[in-house]
Amino acid sequence: MSGINWHTFFFLWFALSAGGFAVAVVLSGNIVRMALYLILSLGSTAGLFFLAGADFLGAMQLMIYVGGTLVLLVFGVMLTAQGPFVHMRTSGGDWILASLVSGGLLAVLMPAAFSVPSWNEADWGAGHAVAETTSAPFRTIADSQTAAESASADDATGDVTPAGPPLARPTATRLGMSLVGVRVDKLDDQPQRLKAGLSGYLLPFEVVSVHLLVVLVGAAYLARAKRRQGGT
Amino acid sequence: MVEFLLEHLSGWLPAWLAWLASPLSYLLVALFHAGLLNVLVAAGALVFIWLERKVAGRIQDRLGPTRVGGKYGWLQTLADGLKLITKEDLMPRGADALLFKLAPYISFAASFAAFIALPFADGWVAVHLDVAVFFILAVLGLEVFGVILAGYASASKWALFGAMREAAQVVSYEVPLGLCVVVPVMIAGSMDLVQIGRMQSGWFTSWLLFHDPFTFVIFWVYFTCGLASVNRAPFDLAEAESELVAGFHTEYSGLRWSIFFMAEYGSMLMVSCLATILFLGAWNGPIPVASLLGLTADNGPLAAYFGNFLGMLNFLFKAFMGVALMMWVRWTLPRLRIDQVMKICLKYCTPIAAVMFLGAMCWSYLLPGGLGLSRPYAEYYADPRYAPPPAVFQPADSATVAAPAAENRDPSAVAAIDLEQGL
Repeated sequence: MSGINWHTFFFLWFALSAGGFAVAVVLSGNIVRMALYLILSLGSTAGLFFLAGADFLGAMQLMIYVGGTLVLLVFGVMLTAQGPFVHMRTSGGDWILASLVSGGLLAVLMPAAFSVPSWNEADWGAGHAVAETTSAPFRTIADSQTAAESASADDATGDVTPAGPPLARPTATRLGMSLVGVRVDKLDDQPQRLKAGLSGYLLPFEVVSVHLLVVLVGAAYLARAKRRQGGT
Repeated sequence: MVEFLLEHLSGWLPAWLAWLASPLSYLLVALFHAGLLNVLVAAGALVFIWLERKVAGRIQDRLGPTRVGGKYGWLQTLADGLKLITKEDLMPRGADALLFKLAPYISFAASFAAFIALPFADGWVAVHLDVAVFFILAVLGLEVFGVILAGYASASKWALFGAMREAAQVVSYEVPLGLCVVVPVMIAGSMDLVQIGRMQSGWFTSWLLFHDPFTFVIFWVYFTCGLASVNRAPFDLAEAESELVAGFHTEYSGLRWSIFFMAEYGSMLMVSCLATILFLGAWNGPIPVASLLGLTADNGPLAAYFGNFLGMLNFLFKAFMGVALMMWVRWTLPRLRIDQVMKICLKYCTPIAAVMFLGAMCWSYLLPGGLGLSRPYAEYYADPRYAPPPAVFQPADSATVAAPAAENRDPSAVAAIDLEQGL
């Protein structure tokens, strides 16, 4: 186990840049630079997702959040195109309101983060014997995911054909299955009270789909050329 | 591939060097992959710029470059590069210096990062992602940030107009492009580019292009949208030199300007590579040369390696042909107006893509075997070698992972849960 744990290194790298650029968004006065820092912060979050092995979530973060910031950036450019590099001044009341809201959110999130049992018990920093045995399995999982190559695929094909072609780790399959109504991660759960979760997210998925359809129709209606009014 | 290289590196290197490199081996292997891909993008740009000049010359009844580097002017791009390096590095006085300097690198980084998930042959991929198609589309969409930031930071109205046009165009064309990409993904039943490539093995009749009439049409829609999304003529409104001087890169000169061009050629190659994998059989040629010669995994790893190498050459050839087609289009068709660009996207490409999507869906439901020319994809999934891995994620050893957590759990809490279950 000598050497650098690259998983930890890149976790710190992405976490620091996500947090640092988030602070930069708050401190910057130029709206286009704010948008750039926001993009970098959200992109670092996507990096964290990739690091955790959640490829689909990471790509989704890039597509929706980072791509969505594009529109923000365009509006920022259009708003400040009047004079070069307009700076925004934030009033004192806004500062107080914003710090209240964000402080409240932090107060909710911090206990939630520290209450995750597997994060608490694994002492990552120190080399205590007890902590080492506890964290070792987690560390092997982390290292295998850092390598981004499928250990599970090797297990699946290794016995049948030793020189079998490499297969990707199925990261999106479970998400897709749960969206059409099967929670494959809960199939083995014994307690009856958890069986309710087996229905998956079919209903929310359908509700969101219909909602998006309504939004699309509404946007098409709003953007339609109104010929009856335009007599000239 | 990372683990494969890690194993072989440790075997090749002398023991003391391996010991020295062991903490860094992960980084070394990662840098090796990134370096290879970077060489591909950079060398690709060198070749494409020369090719662009030759193609433009031939189409306009000229010779193109003939002097530098022999008869065909092979080294013209290197001479261009030398010229660009010696140019003065200008920045407008009113420019936002940080963004102005950052913008070309953002463009290039986005264009380059998409290659990480691109397979060049069966299993020859830097990072084998399950959602490679989605990842590549997401990353390619980020290239526009560099253009918008460049247009804004230049403090020039020409650049700003170019950037705004680019933003409108890219946001619009992402919709039909996504719809087109969904069709091969739906037919293959996978977002993994390696899987999609493997399914089209054999003769050209098993290419997704010839799977059904709808995929044949949608390939051309994809190509049109791809042209628009990488800002090539006739969709290059962002740098319409007849109206906007040079569009978003009006204020750029020297090396920074050339980085924008590397990004553009990188994206062209990327769009073309994606078309090759999704529609044109990836590394499986019109004639399966590798398997006819017996260069498959059945005849040992060396044969498989050479087969893969042939496949990679085949793949790159098809991708380069796609780029050449883009050049042909550029020097043949006139530039569109912005309203025509929007009309093509919203009135033609999107509805055609949507209808073809429905058609391809019905076709693969009613005629899963196709026209009998190609191997049905259900047969592919029945092959035990290619069967998709189990959907349920299993940790290396579930007992050892779960046990510590169970031991450290508060006994009273466990008792409470048991009580609740009993009730």
